[in-house]
Amino acid sequence: MAEIRVQNLRKAFGAFVAVQDSNFVVEDGEFFVMLGPSGCGKTTTLRMIAGLELPTGGKILLGGEDVTMRRARERDIAFVFQLFALYPHMNVRKNIGFPLLAQGMPSAEIRSRVEETAKLLRIDHLLDKSVSGLAGGDRQRVALGRAIVRRPKCFLMDEPLGTLDTEFRDLMVHELRELHNRIHATTVYVTHDQMEAMSMADKIAVMNHGVIEQFGSPREIYDRPATMFVADFIGSPPMNFLKFGGGLAKGAKEIVVQGAKVAVPEVREDVAPADMALGIRPEHIRFDDGSKLRGAIYGTEYLGTTQIVAVETADGIIKARVPAGIHLSPGEQVGLALNGARLSLFEKGSGRAVRTAMHDQAAEARHG
Amino acid sequence: MSLTTAHSVVAPSSNAKLIAGTIIIAYALISIVPLLWIFATSFKTPPDSIAYPPKIVFQPSIEGYCNLFTTRTRQTPEYINSLGPATGFCDETVRKRNMVIAGPSNFLPRFVNSLIIAFGSTFCAVFLGTLSAYGFSRFKVPLADDLLFFILSTRFMPPIAVAIPIYLMYRELGLSDTALGMILLYTAVNVSLAVWLLKGFIDEIPREYEEAAMIDGYTRLQAFWRTVLPQATTGIAATAIFCLIFAWNEYAFAALLTSGTAQTAPPFIPTIIGEGGQDWPAVAAGTTIFLVPILVFTILLRKQLLRGITFGAVRK
Repeated sequence: MAEIRVQNLRKAFGAFVAVQDSNFVVEDGEFFVMLGPSGCGKTTTLRMIAGLELPTGGKILLGGEDVTMRRARERDIAFVFQLFALYPHMNVRKNIGFPLLAQGMPSAEIRSRVEETAKLLRIDHLLDKSVSGLAGGDRQRVALGRAIVRRPKCFLMDEPLGTLDTEFRDLMVHELRELHNRIHATTVYVTHDQMEAMSMADKIAVMNHGVIEQFGSPREIYDRPATMFVADFIGSPPMNFLKFGGGLAKGAKEIVVQGAKVAVPEVREDVAPADMALGIRPEHIRFDDGSKLRGAIYGTEYLGTTQIVAVETADGIIKARVPAGIHLSPGEQVGLALNGARLSLFEKGSGRAVRTAMHDQAAEARHG
Repeated sequence: MSLTTAHSVVAPSSNAKLIAGTIIIAYALISIVPLLWIFATSFKTPPDSIAYPPKIVFQPSIEGYCNLFTTRTRQTPEYINSLGPATGFCDETVRKRNMVIAGPSNFLPRFVNSLIIAFGSTFCAVFLGTLSAYGFSRFKVPLADDLLFFILSTRFMPPIAVAIPIYLMYRELGLSDTALGMILLYTAVNVSLAVWLLKGFIDEIPREYEEAAMIDGYTRLQAFWRTVLPQATTGIAATAIFCLIFAWNEYAFAALLTSGTAQTAPPFIPTIIGEGGQDWPAVAAGTTIFLVPILVFTILLRKQLLRGITFGAVRK
């Protein structure tokens, strides 16, 4: 196992820049997820780490070794494809043993390694079956088996659960994480599904248009999104935005939104007057008739323990997650109280998050 | 299927099956009658073969096959009687017609020529076609579209249209009447078909297979050999049959460019007619034997051929 270090990695296809100067480090044994909408460059980044595409610029280091220009087969990595790429003309045993065959390993040893791997993945009863008859989840396990049998430096996975049914997908998310906990293999996992990312990752990089918008733990990314794109992409429903104007001064603890004063985490930088946005997660909204921030109920989505309530305000629809017990009827006027400690502030033009006490507390908590 | 089966929207009704079956059998019969006639003629005696009205029921004889494989000379009955007892069935049959066997005919070497040239050129065309198709399918080839169009354009006219230049070139190059020359020629004609057919098949094979193999430690050639080739067998088999049928049946170039050592069976068989009268049973025997290899090859690969013809339609 080894750490993966990506420095100023860049890939252009003609005039189109797919990956723009990416920098990140995946530590040894870490489960790293690249998350983003389709076409954001996450798969291209993964294919460059694998050696299936050559970068236009930058460096890739595997375990401290520069492998940027090495061939895929010289990198000692394993790749799990979205469509599994199981060889239909071989049975399960041969598929899993295929990478070992390339190393010229004696067949008795291949046999025992394949069986050991199959046991680990609980597919030992399928070894002599043809891969074409397998269910989606089992195909996935065979593909994983082919990846782990060689004990490579790291695993690269390109939306491996993308084609599975929801039911299987939940199961496999759990299994993948469990497998990772057992073998502690450095893993780079690409997905557009935030649920997969949030539930499996140690670290997430959120990508958009070839740029890494934020790199951090699932908690950091959810609680302290670095950009409006991240705030909007993560969370279901996503973060609400309310616009407000004027600059911010260092030390400010209050802003004015739609004529109502809203307490926010203490601002730790000066921001020149510009269009700003206040970001609020749906679960940080309460109904409070005393609040000056008002809106009318637009509709509700009942989810069992909670409900998502859409409230029409002067600045568009805001979604709040409130306990399911509250009864609301459309058109009803409500006041909205916001949890002042958990709000995010953004510069609307650049989408950048303004530094507040929330960030500093997190940093202190980490170091102290 | 019992009669109580509920009406299905996809399964054909029994009436439809009956009509379809009748049409297919009728068509098959019409197609097979000439072949059966050739087969029957090959077992007739020369008088039976030209009898009028034609004989459907006759006493089978292998005289045609004897005549096909031998050359014979006419002798006086006295001379024939002076010989010892006949050494075999053919000898006996021939003597009844006042002839003795002078030696083997050229049919066997011509047939072997056909085998070498047809299978040799098929192998070359499929080999080159598979590699080029893979290249066009997987790599960024400069001017790929133009090259593919050029390859296709070699089939815009019947190959025989270039017979005279090829005849002159082959004479200069010393390729006239050589097996190598014929293999090169048939390969050149077939390779365009092979490239186009196989490119279609290889395009359908996801490149993830090779990528997976290359990541797992194989070189591109090994990956091609172990993952692409096994999955392209359908296409390769179908292409091989098409190439073989062309090369095996080709008459015009063979008649023009071969006369002796490299002559193939198609130009040879008609020459039988000239030798000692119109020996139709010998011609029919030659034709029957000529049909065997292609029949065997096609039957061996028929599954692939069927899938190949409908390629793209049902592939998962």
